[in-house]
Amino acid sequence: MTLIELGPRELGIAALGVLLLGLAQAAMGLGLTRSLWWSSLRMTAQLLLVGVLLKSLFEAATLGWVLLMALVMVSLAGLEIIHRQKRRLSGAWSYLLGVIAMGASALTLAGLTLGLILQTEPWYTPQYAIPLLGMILGNTMTGIGVALNQLTQNAWQQQAALEGRLMLGLSYREATLELRREAIRSGMIPVINMLAVAGVVSLPGMMTGQILSGTPPLEAVKYQILIMFLVATGTGFGTLLAVSLASRRLFDTRERLRLDRLA
Amino acid sequence: MPLLQVRELRTAQFGPIDFTLDSGGLLLVAGPSGSGKSRLLRALADLDPHEGEARLHDMAMNDMPAHRWRAQIGLLPAEPAWWEETALAHFPQPPSAERLERLALTPALLETPINRLSSGERQRLALLRLLARAPRVLLLDEPTANLDPDSAARVEALIAEYLSSTQAGALWVSHDPLQRQRLGARVLRLPEGRILPEETA
Repeated sequence: MTLIELGPRELGIAALGVLLLGLAQAAMGLGLTRSLWWSSLRMTAQLLLVGVLLKSLFEAATLGWVLLMALVMVSLAGLEIIHRQKRRLSGAWSYLLGVIAMGASALTLAGLTLGLILQTEPWYTPQYAIPLLGMILGNTMTGIGVALNQLTQNAWQQQAALEGRLMLGLSYREATLELRREAIRSGMIPVINMLAVAGVVSLPGMMTGQILSGTPPLEAVKYQILIMFLVATGTGFGTLLAVSLASRRLFDTRERLRLDRLA
Repeated sequence: MPLLQVRELRTAQFGPIDFTLDSGGLLLVAGPSGSGKSRLLRALADLDPHEGEARLHDMAMNDMPAHRWRAQIGLLPAEPAWWEETALAHFPQPPSAERLERLALTPALLETPINRLSSGERQRLALLRLLARAPRVLLLDEPTANLDPDSAARVEALIAEYLSSTQAGALWVSHDPLQRQRLGARVLRLPEGRILPEETA
């Protein structure tokens, strides 16, 4: 099987669907049309740009460029985490927290996978390193975003109960035990759901892509299983770390609940 | 050495305030709404940032972890929060039948869903929840505000007994001049922060 190449004709027909959807939604007064069209345009530009970028990256294939690309990806994911929170920690903290948690989790995991499992030569071979990091990072980012949003929203709503526990002499770790558990759970649920329906309801995108480009299904499936394990691990540890750091930051050195640190 | 020593305590809302409290002693706190009574108690429990110094015996507030300080300086807010389903789940060990009896509460209330308790029942249970942890100083923010005269008298008696039997001290915010006369203790007046002698009729 050879790859069917997509050109402006093929993509244009597919884009027509989004165009029609936008018109239908405008007629219904949903107020979504502008952002639907704009995000579609943005998506197209971003992906084309990254395609060009990856092409030159694969040709250059030096450690420096791969690391730079990884750094840019983590930085942008950090911004995305901020945008997904209704009440985030104010100042640079909110950003740093996400970046630290993602860096510690996703970057470490991608590095270990390249070095220990795939044993690519060199270890930073961009054809493996970048897609791998992208998939782990994307899910880790979502998990952290959801968990932090849950943490800060609940802390806001449960102020009286949190301070009530402090008044009885509980430490901030004890007082936030249930709060932190809930946040971690909500960050993990999408991943656990994803694992549960993989292959049954949904055919994961990466595997589908490999099959479309001619990889034997069983090989594609094994790669997908690897990715699923990595995504679950990365999201889980990233979320644990982010929630731990953020809950620490909700309290000062005297273990006072500091909701004034939420923006 | 006094049980609790407070020097130059202040926040943006009140202060500076100075007082000492002896073992077994009671200090009433009075003043108009917004004069900082609740804020003072929160600062003493180290729940709000503040300046100044507070010492429990020979230990300064900042010399011990905040949760250890709060375990000994127990705050009973005007509207105590509940987070478990029943009152019982908030207690380190169930309160004795005798203590419940003294506040005219029945053991069944401990396992009743919190939202089905009356505000007076919740207020009395919150006091027992605090006493169960045996704090050295009680910070009481109008502990009888939602109570009928009989329940209020029971609460006053139980607190007096707790202070004399454990030699703990208490700060007691009270709006009611008659109650202050009954309790017969010095009064810390806010916002000025002056200590006045016992109120008389």
